[in-house]
Amino acid sequence: MKDTDIKRLLYTHLLCIFSIILSVFIPSLFLENFSILETHLTWLCVCSGFVTAVNLVLYLAVKPNTSSKRSSLSHKVTRFLKCCIYFLMSCFSFHVIFVLYGAPLIELALETFLFAVILSTFTTVPCLCLLGPNLKAWLRVFSRNGVTSIWENSLQMTTISSFVGAWLGALPIPLDWERPWQVWPISCTLGATFGYVAGLVVSPLWIYWNRKQLTYKNN
Amino acid sequence: MPYTTYLVEKGASHSFVAEAKPPTVTMPRIKALMTGSLPGFVDVVRNLNSPALLEDSVIRQAKTAGKRIIFYGDETWVKLFPKHFAEYDGTTSFFVSDYTEVDNNVTRHLDKVLKRGDWDMLILHYLGLDHIGHISGPNSPLIGHKLSEMDSVLMKIHTSLQSKERETPLPNLLVLCGDHGMSETGSHGASSMEEVNTPLILISSAFERKPGDIRHPKHVQQTDVAATLAIALGLPIPKDSVGSLLFPVVEGRPMREQLRFLHLNTVQLSKLLQENVPSYEKDPGFEQFKMSERLHGNWIRLYLEEKHSEVLFNLGSKVLRQYLAALKTLSLSLSTQVAQYDMYSMMVGTVVVLEVLTLLLLSVPQALHRKAELEVPLSSPGFSLLFYLVILVLSAVHVIVCTSAESSCYFCGLSWLAAGGVMVLASALLCVIVSVLTNVLVGGNTSRKNPVHPSSRWSELDLLILLGTAGHVLSLGASSFVEEEHQTWYFLVNTLCLALSQETYRNYFLGDDSEPPCGLHVEQGLDGATPAWQDGSACDALERDKGHRSPSPSQVLRGHKKWMVLASPWLILACCRLLRSLNQTGVQWAHRPDLGHWLTSSDHKAELSVLAAISLLVVFVLVQRGCSSVSKAALALGLLGVYCYRAAIGSVQFPWRPDSQDISKGIIEARFVYIFVLGILFTGTKDLLKSQVIAADFKLKTVGLWEIHSGLVLLAALLFRPHNLPVLAFSLLIQTLMTKFIWKPLRHDAAEITVMHYWFGQAFFYFQGNSNNIATVDISAGFVGLDTYVEIPAVLLTAFGTYAGPVLWASHLVYFLSSETRSSSALSHACFCYALICSIPVSTYIVLVTSLRYHLFIWSVFSPKLLYEGMHLLITAAVCVFFTAMDQTRLTQS
Repeated sequence: MKDTDIKRLLYTHLLCIFSIILSVFIPSLFLENFSILETHLTWLCVCSGFVTAVNLVLYLAVKPNTSSKRSSLSHKVTRFLKCCIYFLMSCFSFHVIFVLYGAPLIELALETFLFAVILSTFTTVPCLCLLGPNLKAWLRVFSRNGVTSIWENSLQMTTISSFVGAWLGALPIPLDWERPWQVWPISCTLGATFGYVAGLVVSPLWIYWNRKQLTYKNN
Repeated sequence: MPYTTYLVEKGASHSFVAEAKPPTVTMPRIKALMTGSLPGFVDVVRNLNSPALLEDSVIRQAKTAGKRIIFYGDETWVKLFPKHFAEYDGTTSFFVSDYTEVDNNVTRHLDKVLKRGDWDMLILHYLGLDHIGHISGPNSPLIGHKLSEMDSVLMKIHTSLQSKERETPLPNLLVLCGDHGMSETGSHGASSMEEVNTPLILISSAFERKPGDIRHPKHVQQTDVAATLAIALGLPIPKDSVGSLLFPVVEGRPMREQLRFLHLNTVQLSKLLQENVPSYEKDPGFEQFKMSERLHGNWIRLYLEEKHSEVLFNLGSKVLRQYLAALKTLSLSLSTQVAQYDMYSMMVGTVVVLEVLTLLLLSVPQALHRKAELEVPLSSPGFSLLFYLVILVLSAVHVIVCTSAESSCYFCGLSWLAAGGVMVLASALLCVIVSVLTNVLVGGNTSRKNPVHPSSRWSELDLLILLGTAGHVLSLGASSFVEEEHQTWYFLVNTLCLALSQETYRNYFLGDDSEPPCGLHVEQGLDGATPAWQDGSACDALERDKGHRSPSPSQVLRGHKKWMVLASPWLILACCRLLRSLNQTGVQWAHRPDLGHWLTSSDHKAELSVLAAISLLVVFVLVQRGCSSVSKAALALGLLGVYCYRAAIGSVQFPWRPDSQDISKGIIEARFVYIFVLGILFTGTKDLLKSQVIAADFKLKTVGLWEIHSGLVLLAALLFRPHNLPVLAFSLLIQTLMTKFIWKPLRHDAAEITVMHYWFGQAFFYFQGNSNNIATVDISAGFVGLDTYVEIPAVLLTAFGTYAGPVLWASHLVYFLSSETRSSSALSHACFCYALICSIPVSTYIVLVTSLRYHLFIWSVFSPKLLYEGMHLLITAAVCVFFTAMDQTRLTQS
């Protein structure tokens, strides 16, 4: 049972990584002069769209937590709307945090906002898919000893690694190498992406490695 | 400058752009102009108090040649060359706020001197332009007036010289040059293009008039001036000059003289090379010099045999080219060679510093123990034997190094007593380290038998603190991170605030659900996860803590206070963001528009006044709550006095007198404030002493410490420029927020609180507008309330004004920890942590700089940072002494 679960986790994660790789190559078929660095904003939009789509599809296909008891249509719609509001809220709050960290307030506002969008895609969207718009559950997952399944465990790891990646991505900005990727917010978005991918890769392996020690309250 | 432009374009002149080497401060630049050598960074410190110049210089050569030299202008010259001038009038340059009188003081002598004509050299050093730059920057409207004034002075001198030339046989030479440039902000000291490039114009009737392209003048070195002047005056070139003759100047002379001048210059340079480089014969410059000397000989022979021939001219120009190439290589290799490092002294210093650091690190577990005792075991005979052995080895090394070294060595130059003292210190430290190490190893064996407490996981906050410190230390190895160090600190402080907010959320949303188990308490960082609690005593400490914490924090704090706790990290973040946009510092983004510039521009005086008044009000409201009534009144009057002082020197205005033009130096107002500062500090000290006598009165001590803190705040308010007053207000606001809503409810331990204070102190150092660049030091703070330059108060005030952020946070730390009664050893823990956290970056930086000493930016980036670090270390030492004194009073009480 557990091994099959881990396998499913691994496959879904591989699909997420595949969607990010696709977001690098597919737009160049349709758009001229597409490259990650020069048309960075386009890539951000495409990547965010792809990852969100894959997450939604996976959520519908796999349904890791089967707890939908009352599945009336109106309930589903309100749930979906709530999710959208949560996503927007997270985008805006990330934007505020970036400004507090020193991002320019007025100029480059679009860039900063798109960075907030992609970071929300990597963190908030999986949370919404897995846990739903339920703040209490979120707080539970992101506190110590609060996870109750391997899905939540991997969610915790990918989210934290995305944040850490974005945080580390800010480090090379003051260096005077004058590379194109040092421009705000490219290094941060790339850092977040690498962090997300690393989290996706590492979390199934880590769970597999520690499967003997891991005991969840539900199992 | 119409006349100067006319001279440059049409007249008989040569113009260059002379490149000054950093540090671009007055004294080293005068040295470079007159000696042709490259003064080092220590001269920045000596800039304020210049000792007499001992090296060979153009002035000294002229004096020995019996020339009469007259000097008017910056006093630094008189101090550098005492008894060299036949007549002088020095103007002190320390009234940066004055820009008319300093120049009138020079110009008033001019007519008389020009008429007299009984001199050979006249040196004028005008200060006004520099002062205008310091006051209001390079875009000030005052600059234009000053430049036209300087132009008229130049015209006066030039016409007078021309009229005189008819009487004397020799032509005159007028040299117009600047010692350093001016950065975008009007300051100088660093190595940006604007600061390094200076004009150099030589005007003489001996030059040909040639209307050439003067839009792009040739770039030369500032050190070349000394050699050129010496040759022009017919004097020997100063011994240590690394400059080469400005060849266009002598181009009009006959070939024989040109060659002669170049020969003189190359001989001097090659002699200097021989003195400094052991393998000088292999140097390409020296080889070129030998070859050109040989060719020169051939040319002379040819010249003596036959005159005016094509062959002669061709050979001559070949020799010329050869000489110029030799000069270039020689000058280049000399300017890289002269920067020699005194490795032996550096090694000795580094070893002592590293030994102290190792000792501190080794005693971490011991010192953070609840008793906070720092024992230094020094008894066993084995160690004394080791001690004597090490001393013997060190003295042997010292003798060998000092007898074999060719170059001068600072440590060898010390007297034997001092050197011996250093060696005793080094070996004693080594022995202490060895004994502590053995103790740790032996003690480790015994303690390992005890059951180690299982719950020794670190909280996120501790992890962040450790990683942040390590990251900051590592970042000091990269020049960009040193230039932009403020970004590192802002980043770390922001992350700290986010971590704190996460901690508050977890405490208030999850703490309600279940009673956390014993292990979780430690994890949540409520108590120390420091090693101190780990060795055996952790569990009973927890029990004890639980005893007096029985109502859990989430139950005590309800309603509005809970929300304040949750919101305060975000408030602090918002404050930091506002402060960050107040002063843009660093290098890459320093030119960005910031609020500070907007406020200081003369159009926004009203806004600045309102802001300053509000900040002073906030300061009063936040500070008065802890003071006694006497010091409350003193504080109010003192803050009023601060505003009056700023109004008197014209940076802010009163609402009832919007356009007052009478600008004074504000001496009375500033001294008025000083009286209150001293009064508050005195009351604080009195309270502290009283609390020591009356042992039970604990509250009195807290009040005394807060009064000392508020005295320092008042002094900082006086010294800060008006646009920086919000920094002070926000600093107090953040301190209050942190104390009330974060440190007290969350119960951080002393080590964490100390590190947070240190981080905020560092961030506020940069919020003030400081950077790791000499140019941003606000020396005007040293002249508040002083009539003339008095060394000791000026240096102390400048140091306090620069390091006000760290000092205020440290004094708040002392107050906070002694007002908290929960732990008896908190203050000594904090002192130890403060010393450790300050000394780790410094000692690592010393090692880094030593290994990077051939880095391209060693003089422009790393050396100023080293000066800052040294100064910071002194301040830290003072803070630690204060800590220990407070701790002693506590010990005598109990």
